[in-house]
Amino acid sequence: MEWLSEFGAIAAMQGFNGLSVFCVLLLMALGLAIIFGQMGVINMAHGEFLTIGAYTTYLLSSLTLDYFPALQPYYFFFAIALSFVVAGAVGWLVEWAMISRLYNRPLDTLLATWGLSLFMQQGFRSIFGAREVSATPPEWLMGSFSLSDAIDIPRNGVFTMALTVLMTGAVFVLLYRSRWGLQVRATVQNRMMSRAVGINTRKVDRMTFALGCGIAGVAGAAFTTIGSTGPTAGSLYIVDTFLVVVFGGAQSLFGTIASAFAIAQTQSVSEFFMSGSMAKVLTLSAVILILMLRPQGLFTSKVRK
Amino acid sequence: MEPTLAGAKRLLPRRLALGAAALSLLAASVFSQSVLADAANTTGLAVTDTEVLVGQLHSATGTMAISETGSIQAERLAIDQINASGGILGRQIKVVQEDGASDWPTFAEKAKKLLVGDKVAAVFGCWTSASRKAVLPVFEKENGLLYYPTFYEGLEQSKNVIYTGQEATQQILASLDWIAQNKGAKTFYLIGSDYIWPRTSMKIARKHIENVLHGTVVGEDYYPLGNTQFGSLINKVKLKKPDVVFAAVVGGSNVAFYKQMKAAGVTSAKQNLLTLSVTEDELLGIGGENMAGFYASMKYFQSLDNPNNKAFVEAFKAKYGKDSVIGDVTQAAYLGPWLWKAAVEKAGSFDIDKVVAASPGIELKTAPEGYVKIHDNHHLWSKSRIGEVLPNGQFKVLYESELIEPNPFPKGYQ
Amino acid sequence: MNALDKLLGGRQGTLGLALLALLILVVFPLSLDALRLGMIGKYLTYAFVAVGLVLCWGYGGILSLGQGVFFGLGGYCMAMFLKLEASDPQSTAIQSTPGIPDFMDWNQITELPALWIPFQSFGFTLLAVIAVPALLAVVIGLAMFKRRVGDVYFSIVTQAIALILTVLIVGQQGLTGGVNGITDLKTLLGWDIRDDSAKLVLYFINAALLLGCIVIGKFILASKLGRLLMAMRDKEERVRFSGYDVASFKIFVYSVAAVFSAIGGAMFTLQVGFMSPSFVGIVPSIEMVIFAAVGGRMSLLGAVYGALLVNYGKTYFSESFPELWLYLMGGLFIVVVMYFPNGLAGFWDSHVRPWLRRLARRRAPLANIPAPAPAATQSEPAKTLEVQP
Repeated sequence: MEWLSEFGAIAAMQGFNGLSVFCVLLLMALGLAIIFGQMGVINMAHGEFLTIGAYTTYLLSSLTLDYFPALQPYYFFFAIALSFVVAGAVGWLVEWAMISRLYNRPLDTLLATWGLSLFMQQGFRSIFGAREVSATPPEWLMGSFSLSDAIDIPRNGVFTMALTVLMTGAVFVLLYRSRWGLQVRATVQNRMMSRAVGINTRKVDRMTFALGCGIAGVAGAAFTTIGSTGPTAGSLYIVDTFLVVVFGGAQSLFGTIASAFAIAQTQSVSEFFMSGSMAKVLTLSAVILILMLRPQGLFTSKVRK
Repeated sequence: MEPTLAGAKRLLPRRLALGAAALSLLAASVFSQSVLADAANTTGLAVTDTEVLVGQLHSATGTMAISETGSIQAERLAIDQINASGGILGRQIKVVQEDGASDWPTFAEKAKKLLVGDKVAAVFGCWTSASRKAVLPVFEKENGLLYYPTFYEGLEQSKNVIYTGQEATQQILASLDWIAQNKGAKTFYLIGSDYIWPRTSMKIARKHIENVLHGTVVGEDYYPLGNTQFGSLINKVKLKKPDVVFAAVVGGSNVAFYKQMKAAGVTSAKQNLLTLSVTEDELLGIGGENMAGFYASMKYFQSLDNPNNKAFVEAFKAKYGKDSVIGDVTQAAYLGPWLWKAAVEKAGSFDIDKVVAASPGIELKTAPEGYVKIHDNHHLWSKSRIGEVLPNGQFKVLYESELIEPNPFPKGYQ
Repeated sequence: MNALDKLLGGRQGTLGLALLALLILVVFPLSLDALRLGMIGKYLTYAFVAVGLVLCWGYGGILSLGQGVFFGLGGYCMAMFLKLEASDPQSTAIQSTPGIPDFMDWNQITELPALWIPFQSFGFTLLAVIAVPALLAVVIGLAMFKRRVGDVYFSIVTQAIALILTVLIVGQQGLTGGVNGITDLKTLLGWDIRDDSAKLVLYFINAALLLGCIVIGKFILASKLGRLLMAMRDKEERVRFSGYDVASFKIFVYSVAAVFSAIGGAMFTLQVGFMSPSFVGIVPSIEMVIFAAVGGRMSLLGAVYGALLVNYGKTYFSESFPELWLYLMGGLFIVVVMYFPNGLAGFWDSHVRPWLRRLARRRAPLANIPAPAPAATQSEPAKTLEVQP
């Protein structure tokens, strides 16, 4: 009987692991889903916006440690907010200087933003050095809740989950319940018409892009608790993230959520039964295979082609 | 000679004659210089009476720059120190630095440039196995000499390479013995990044665990380079409850792995972990507090307590700043120029063949790691050490083996 | 002569091709030492990929971000053959199983895997260099284009395929040599490919093959297919409604690009002496797109210059200003994509050539000099690059 309870505990933890991979993927993909899904812009530098968030958190963490050690337990909330602002501001600048000139050339934005990502990576390297750095997360974020002897639920996982739920909820409200969201959706569906009815589509674009980048920054801040912070850290995520968005059906936020869930569970379950490398190959191949059968992704929206 | 000179004196204005005399003097001195250089250099290397050219071939740019910077710095430090103490055979060392840019064909090209174009007497360089494999044919064909600093998988032995890091058996066997004895370890979980060094290391570890320690390997897993999600793996570890997790995860994965271990409650209080791939350099990124209490097997730790090391650490920090850290490979890179100097002086020549012939048996009593000696197979005799990670990013040395013979082609482990 | 002119894209096209041939067949070999020429040879293998990309991206509108896959497949096929030749029982006598490649022996493989056996034949290897990538391209193409997967989706999927293949090669190291790749290649049918003289011969073979690929590319573009491709890129639906099978054309041009890349990969292996997964992945694949973009996505010849220029710049700057290199490379992409979408070739057409013409016109009454021959571009299509609404 003992192995059964143990099996249950592992199943529970493995289920939690799948959920936490899902949240990580979703948090990454959320910003991209807005930028790619709503604007049709392929932002290859998305990973670097993530890195901006991570470095912002790192800077804040060292500042707090050096000057306000008493605030150490709370700095993380502030770091998340600041990451959002910094990454969003850089995104706003990038949209103004670059993306806005490339709107009708989607494949070209891909190349230009790839150039941007090289540029930013070298920028990080010049500023922070080539070595990886480590932000010190507050003590309450580390460790785990021990529910029983065998079940440990990582706190940073729970935190990431909460953050993901919060961000997703906020994006939903923004997109579907706010006036701004209405303008964004209108612009996506018909740019000319939106302009005709008095929507400042340029402003909408800029805000959308900045919002997407800001969310990437938040993801970056959250990832300092589970991953590495280095000049090229963001590039580790970029392909996975794009696949999530494409697999979900680009214009559907719900699709992004479903696809992040499907990919995360496949990855997490197959990792349990085979080596990590083969699990990765299997997951990616499955995604591509399904994409070939359903080229528009899992959930297609009703937007005309 | 005499009559002509006298004639010239008569025919030419005085100043010109003086100039001619000076010129002939100069010619004579140049001639004698080249004779001098030739005695120590019969194969056309870039050696003059006052200078000898060496190459440095690492990635200063690209993804590997993180790891290779320490080696570049250590080799420079050694060369500066050698120059300050009078150089080699009375010659100052001059360095040509080339950037392999984390790109293997570039390594091969630059190696060829150093050997054929610059005719350097030795090259200190490479870090990854892939870059070494790429330059190896060039060194063998052009008969160069490479000092390679990284601990690596073994299974290689070249006339043209001196391996100053440990090969796999040196790093693995003694540390496994130690953990089996001191922690009563019987069951092991092997984890690595998916490439040749971890796979070969784990293969050797498995044989040793099964055949020598009579323990069991309860799991073996490899993750792609750059993987950042280790949740499933950590759950598998929890399920199998091994006495020891034996890890060789590298790069950004390393950071993610240890952070997630800590977050999942797998800390040193509950779990023994022995790693082959975390030095002081990596700890900067991981954060010492995230893996405090885990063990690493290396031949060198910055905290080693001996006079050689104290002087080395002091010199390194004086040159590169007080916050700089020194990992295993950095120290191994530091050995390269010193070992070369000893071999050249023993051979009395810079000729590659003579230096290679003189190398086996070269001892270095001033090595920061204590004492090393070059084996006939071009690897170093060295000690294996176990360090426990401290929260401040340093190691506490718990154990030190006897000198271990390098064995790049271990019988019974292949 | 007229037919030939037409094939090569008019008098200008012929002249441009002749100039390129002069440059890589005469000027480079005469003016560069063995080391630099070897580097040019390596750059030219990337030019194969860039030429293929001009066909499928510039004209076909299909942006593949996974051309490294085909480059790698071609390279690996060749490398497998060379590795088997280098692993004869005598030179591998110290292994536990002599006669198989060294990395297999390290991975406890005791006999040659079935996948490798056909690569003992040189004829099969040559066939495989062409056929394997072509087959893969047809399969991918069938799946993607028949189902009308959009441009952007296609790019992202090809990227994922590049990632999968990299992980697979690295993971199956007993079969592939893992992350180190297949190294230490020595001879081709007994001929030592590491000698300087051999490298020179290989350089010329490489250059000749590249020129051949360009001629084939020009032939395709000059045919009706070329015009259809452009029509498809600009208004796919209209071409489809006119009764053409759009997907088949796309598959064809994608496969041609794949085969070109594979030839480049095979020549890379021969000249550089090894092959590794670092040429398969996403980063090299995108870099190859950049070569085409810098050279001019509408110009077959421009692609070659793009590959030469970017790689030369990479080598030069990473030697002289390693810190600046990535800034420069990143900046270059941004500037080229934003302001010179037709790359060098477009710049030539829009700026240099009119200037030359003006110069000539001003001098013509005096000296009666004919207009200087424009080089290296194809003027006409470059102007037609229009963005879709």
